[in-house]
Amino acid sequence: MGILEVKGVGKRFGGLQALGNVNLSVQENTVHAIIGPNGAGKSTLLNCLVGKLIPDEGSVTFAGTSVLGKKPHEINQLGISRVFQTPEIFGDLTVMENMMIPCFAKRDGAFRMHAIESMEAETDLIAKAEAMLEDVGMLEKREMIASSMSRGDKRRLEIAMCLVQEPKLLLLDEPTAGMARADTNNTIALLKEIKEKRDITIAIIEHDMHVVFSLADRITVLAQGTPLVEDTPDMIKGNPKVKEAYLGETQQV
Amino acid sequence: MKKNILGLNPKDTKFLLIVVFLTLFTPILLQPFAAGSELAQFNGGYPDLMQKIAIFGIFAVGFNILFGLTGYLSFGHAAFLGIGSYAAVWMFKLLTMNVIPGILLAMVVSGLFAAAIGYVSLRRSGIYFSILTLAFAQMCYKMAYSVLTPLTNGETGLQLTLNDPRILDGAQQGSSLPVTNIFGLAMNSSYKVEALGRVFTFNVGFYFCAVIAILAFYVAIRLFRSPFGMMLRAVKSNQQRMTYTGLDPKPYTLAAFVISGMYAGLAGGLLAAMDPLAGADRMLWTASGEVVIMTILGGAGTLMGPVLGAGVIKYLENIFSKINEGVLHDWFSFLPDGVEDVVIWVFARFTGEGWHLTLGVTFMLVVTFLPGGLIEGLKRLASRIRNGSQKRDKYDDPDPEHRPDPGKRVAGE
Amino acid sequence: METILLQLLNGLDKGSAYALIALGLTLIFGTLGVVNFAHGALFMIGAFCAVTLSRLLNLSFETVDPTRTDFLGNPLKVKTPYVEAWFGPDFGHALIDWSVPLAILFSIPIMIAVGFIMERGLIKHFYKRPHADQILVTFGLAIVLQEVIKYVYGANPISTPAPDAFKGSFDFGALLGFDPNLIIYPYWRLIYFGFAAVVIGAVFSFLQFTTFGMVVRAGMADRETVGLLGINIDRRFTLMFGLAAAVAGMAGVMYAPILSPNYHMGMDFLVLSFVVVVVGGMGSLPGAVAAGFLLGILESFASMNWIKDIIPGIDQIIIYVVAIVILLTRPRGLMGRKGVMEE
Repeated sequence: MGILEVKGVGKRFGGLQALGNVNLSVQENTVHAIIGPNGAGKSTLLNCLVGKLIPDEGSVTFAGTSVLGKKPHEINQLGISRVFQTPEIFGDLTVMENMMIPCFAKRDGAFRMHAIESMEAETDLIAKAEAMLEDVGMLEKREMIASSMSRGDKRRLEIAMCLVQEPKLLLLDEPTAGMARADTNNTIALLKEIKEKRDITIAIIEHDMHVVFSLADRITVLAQGTPLVEDTPDMIKGNPKVKEAYLGETQQV
Repeated sequence: MKKNILGLNPKDTKFLLIVVFLTLFTPILLQPFAAGSELAQFNGGYPDLMQKIAIFGIFAVGFNILFGLTGYLSFGHAAFLGIGSYAAVWMFKLLTMNVIPGILLAMVVSGLFAAAIGYVSLRRSGIYFSILTLAFAQMCYKMAYSVLTPLTNGETGLQLTLNDPRILDGAQQGSSLPVTNIFGLAMNSSYKVEALGRVFTFNVGFYFCAVIAILAFYVAIRLFRSPFGMMLRAVKSNQQRMTYTGLDPKPYTLAAFVISGMYAGLAGGLLAAMDPLAGADRMLWTASGEVVIMTILGGAGTLMGPVLGAGVIKYLENIFSKINEGVLHDWFSFLPDGVEDVVIWVFARFTGEGWHLTLGVTFMLVVTFLPGGLIEGLKRLASRIRNGSQKRDKYDDPDPEHRPDPGKRVAGE
Repeated sequence: METILLQLLNGLDKGSAYALIALGLTLIFGTLGVVNFAHGALFMIGAFCAVTLSRLLNLSFETVDPTRTDFLGNPLKVKTPYVEAWFGPDFGHALIDWSVPLAILFSIPIMIAVGFIMERGLIKHFYKRPHADQILVTFGLAIVLQEVIKYVYGANPISTPAPDAFKGSFDFGALLGFDPNLIIYPYWRLIYFGFAAVVIGAVFSFLQFTTFGMVVRAGMADRETVGLLGINIDRRFTLMFGLAAAVAGMAGVMYAPILSPNYHMGMDFLVLSFVVVVVGGMGSLPGAVAAGFLLGILESFASMNWIKDIIPGIDQIIIYVVAIVILLTRPRGLMGRKGVMEE
């Protein structure tokens, strides 16, 4: 029984069957990659997991709880954090404030009116946020306005914001899309470090095979809205069905 | 750890002290010119104006909690001001002329209205939110004129009468209307002091408003610096990230809406406490526009901005309206005749009756060239004076009020 | 039955005005992505074009008529409009009488020019700024325009009559077999409705059947792609702004005999027109027209006495109630497209 269980999920947009009978089981403390050519339904699947879309059929269970019909913030409170394709951070706020917000969300839930307390009094949370920033090597940037940083730093910050919540499952949506090679390698190194240091399950959607093969324990190949195969990276590399699905796609193995 | 007074950091304490100083000494500060001198007309130290500055300062500070922090632009906040006024006058009619219960009721009632209107309006964002609030405010305005006449007294406006019950005040004495008071001290009583050739008026009503304004400002500082205030800025910055961080933006925004509605209600209650009369005009959407202008002109999202905006607008409104062509003639009499006529003609368009034109033009200029408002203008000026022409990275500034492009994003985009 | 018919007719002229203003508003929003709070001011300027032309035509010189005396026994001073002197009394008088319809011709170039100046001088700089800034700057502009008009024409409404030929009313009842005088409807309002129908039809066929309109419609759907095709959209959008201004202006000219122009009429109509646009669906032209008539007619029905007896004051607030209900149940409005102004 995996921490995330997807059973028979289907989703239609008008006449288009975006997902059909998707079964997926993500085991605890593994890195599970979901790959597939463009239009294979990777993003749709991800959106079904985080509550942005509601599947037409099937079930999605996280740590024994059904996430269907729950709002994104409720699903996050269950322990799923999501990293977006383009870094989604609080651009107008400082790096430190960006870190404090998930700390509050983790401790106080979806809403709490702490209107009179001062920020300085929250020493525990500040220490936690600073430790996390230290971990990702951004402590010296704590007072910077987030939107003024480089894309690589924004990505780093976003990952730190997710990790500080100590999620059970970290979802990464093409975390290196549009990045320069150096930034991509940095991100891979960061993710590897996270994987080694923490007990965390990671599900990653990725286009870049280099990223996938350096990180993943298991890989699910999605094609035309259904899982084609699920196996270890080594087995996937040699699988002819996968090659066929990617025919015409540029491969970066 | 630096020592914090009243839970404020040194910078905020400085802000608070500035506001305390400005408000408490307004009667002196706004009376800089000797009585009888030619410039005496620019003195603003009379009770009516000073009260308005304090009251609209409260209104703008409250509006800023919603617009400045969350980016939701309400075009209907005057409705809460009007509702507050009606509630307070009813309290004066039914219970007592002591202003405290009236003002409390004003805040409660407008808070309830804000909760209801906010709950519905906040289901949409961006321009739809603006139009929903506008529609609700216009509805309140029209209803005050029609269906709700028994409550609002329609076009005449709600006024005190001699046969109001006023349960707590006991039997009516004499044939004149009672005045609003605070535990017996009449709001309209003033103490005049003559010193240095000037007449300073210390008015009870003004000081009452001033103390409340300082309290309101203090609460706003605490709120700005609290985790709640940070969440509100997060709403403005990125709602998507907020939901995926496990936070629900709706209750945060609604709370901000209700708080700012209560500030408006407080301002409305104070208006009624100064002059126990409430009319639907206060709810007209142009009145909502006025508080928007004050906040933006001063600097949305900053602490001092709205206070400054309200003060500047109310003062200039008063002064500009008084400058007629006769005054202009005195000023420009040194010019040759033809030139003088032209100059006076031009100036006359912007003064006296033309005040609204000045306001509109200034507002357009500020929105176009200085989106951070007067506060940003002052900061730019100050940093230019301090550092000469040396360019500074805007992100170096640790001052949280000096953020890039304040007020440049609207929620829901 | 006859009351229903009467209210339907009564709703038409107001609905026409709403539809015309909302049409321009949504056209500007759809093409330029700008929320224009100064659009009501364009309607007002149009109405004052009618006032101006009627004043120009009435410019007179004074002559002394020695054959007649006034009540003090002095020779009577007679004012003769220049146009009567130039074109002869009959034609001159007709010109003055027909000043409002003539003002349409007079207003079109003026409104297009005003639209051009507004777009090039101000709005252009706000395309990339947030909607809140656009609202704020156009709100400021609306105040400025209103104050300028107030300075030039004063604060009081200026009565601007329709041509004599259209004074009086048309007896619809008699036409349809009801008793005479049951359903009477002023000719001018009938003309206003017809005029609005023609203008709306013209705008739609312009957008539908010309290449220019095609590009504009494509731009409304996807501005970036059309820009990539190498078509200069900005210039066309400037023209669109001029067109929208002209539509609002003509609506104002023709409305002058119905509502004596005053300086705050723009603001009054603006709020309602915004509600109309939102009800119709932001960026939807047919939606704006449909919602304009719908709300105009609803408003007129709500002012019927028996309805007011059931729900007092409903006539004052019906439009807002409808708007709130529609916004909450159909977030995109009646005919709104997906993706317009959404998060």
